[in-house]
Amino acid sequence: MNLSKILKNGFLVLVASLVLTACATQKKTGQTQGDVYTGKDSVEFLASGVKDRVFFATNETVLTTASRETLRKQAAWLRKNSKLTVVLEGHADERGTREYNLALGERRANSAKDYLMTYGISSDRISVLSYGKERPVDSGSSPLAWSKNRRSVTVKAN
Amino acid sequence: MLFRYLFILLILIPLKAFALIEVDITRGNLSPLPVAVSPLSIDEESKKNFNKILKKKDLGSEISAIVENNLRQSGLFNPLNKNAFLQEPDIANLKPRFEDWNLIKAQALITGKVTFIDEKLRVEFRLWDVLAGKEMMALAFTTVPSNWRRVGHIITDKVYERLTGESGYFDTRIIYVAEEGPKTNRIKKLAIMDQDGFNNKYLTLGNELVLTPRFSPTNQMVTYLSYFRNLPRVYLLDIETGLQEVVGDFPGMTFAPRFSPDGKKIIMSFAKDGKSDIYTMDLENRIVERISNHPSIDTSPSYSPDGKYITFNSDRSGHQQIYVMNNNGKNVKRISFGNGLYGTPVWSPRGDLIAFTKLHKGKFYIGVMRTDGTGERLLTENFYQEAPSWSPNGRVLIFYRETKTNSKGEGFSAKLWSIDLTGYNEKMVETATDASDPSWSSLLNN
Repeated sequence: MNLSKILKNGFLVLVASLVLTACATQKKTGQTQGDVYTGKDSVEFLASGVKDRVFFATNETVLTTASRETLRKQAAWLRKNSKLTVVLEGHADERGTREYNLALGERRANSAKDYLMTYGISSDRISVLSYGKERPVDSGSSPLAWSKNRRSVTVKAN
Repeated sequence: MLFRYLFILLILIPLKAFALIEVDITRGNLSPLPVAVSPLSIDEESKKNFNKILKKKDLGSEISAIVENNLRQSGLFNPLNKNAFLQEPDIANLKPRFEDWNLIKAQALITGKVTFIDEKLRVEFRLWDVLAGKEMMALAFTTVPSNWRRVGHIITDKVYERLTGESGYFDTRIIYVAEEGPKTNRIKKLAIMDQDGFNNKYLTLGNELVLTPRFSPTNQMVTYLSYFRNLPRVYLLDIETGLQEVVGDFPGMTFAPRFSPDGKKIIMSFAKDGKSDIYTMDLENRIVERISNHPSIDTSPSYSPDGKYITFNSDRSGHQQIYVMNNNGKNVKRISFGNGLYGTPVWSPRGDLIAFTKLHKGKFYIGVMRTDGTGERLLTENFYQEAPSWSPNGRVLIFYRETKTNSKGEGFSAKLWSIDLTGYNEKMVETATDASDPSWSSLLNN
């Protein structure tokens, strides 16, 4: 009884660790995690250590842990520079219909805006502009290029 | 310029002949009808006059070449080589020697005559059934000489109508977005051209990004999306006067505009706080009405031809799919249930079909389904293509296609393509520059 319990638990642990390694090897490939871009290409800085953009998974508007960290830094920078206003420019990759992607870009920029607001940035300092898939940063037709293009970029407006 | 009133149409002989020749248009046409388009005859004096005004040495041949090209492009007709024609154009127009035309296997014959009368262009033409040895149709037009290309298109429409039993689509124009420059910073301009690619004209300068132009059923107006002053808004443009105005006073992005079938309203999406809903604006009283109200993305609306229903795409199910609702937003029904994502639904002018773009396993398809979602047929598959627009007779779809770039991001191009409803006769539509977002006008002269 005891033995079988131990074996069973051991087996579960083993299965769990297998699943975890499988996930890790499948998801983390060089510059993307899941299919969210994690590299440095195209990223600019609003101030020292404050990245200007966050990236999204295909057809998604959810912020990743890394994106939330970037936005918290942006919020801190905006609180320090209280006269600044920003435009959040939302973008999509080329793998979608034009009109839907315009809406998707708007939704991505808004999810960044909502997060900035929860860190105390007033909505009248933030405007939102969607470019859909009209302004890619990478003109490639590859999953890596598309991951760089699915983004919301914070741009100084004044 | 007013298009509708320039033509004086005269029926020479009542159309009471039996439909002896029949073109099968219900299936893909694998054996196009052999047709002889005789050059329209023209007298020396008229030749000289038209050469002076239009710089065309033989306007008769020029007009018949338009007809010939239109018929060939339709995929339903096979215009025969003129070198094989035995009869002179002027004599053929009076009375064809049917045995001569029969010899070269022509089943239909088009003849005609061009004259310069009172500073005007007069064209008469006749359609003959070669096997039965009978005249099927005879018409004459009078118009200003500068309309000469349109005469060729109108003749084609009349011939097409007579032989297929459906209205034509040749005297029409295409509005589209002309594109240039690198993919990361495309310059986009509104452009308009005749259905056969001639008379190309740019309507904007390319200073701001423009997208998705769509014709009004009345043809004078176009609605489109412009990033003027970096504010993406729906605009209205009068093609004839060049006047532009923003549609409605929305505190955010408006996009995906189309006209209602009566041309009196614009239906579009308005995006705010991460959700996009569908609205209409009445162009006369400027009253804005909200049609859909859902936390999802609702966009790409298109009216049914009777104006009673609206099709659109929404991701309310979690993925982009096609829906149909009443014109007041009630009774929303999902109609696309196949694998993949479905977008850009556009209702056929005949009312029975909805054309769409489908994305499945990394491929883009243009397809059609019945308005209840049954009978899905995919017409063409490619790396990337979208945005079908119907010819006014609901027979042909025009859309655009982009190429995959190589690993360096090179080799990008965007072109217009057309395909018959049957899936046959897929071809590239030539444009001066790269092109996208085509929209087909209704018939200019009807």
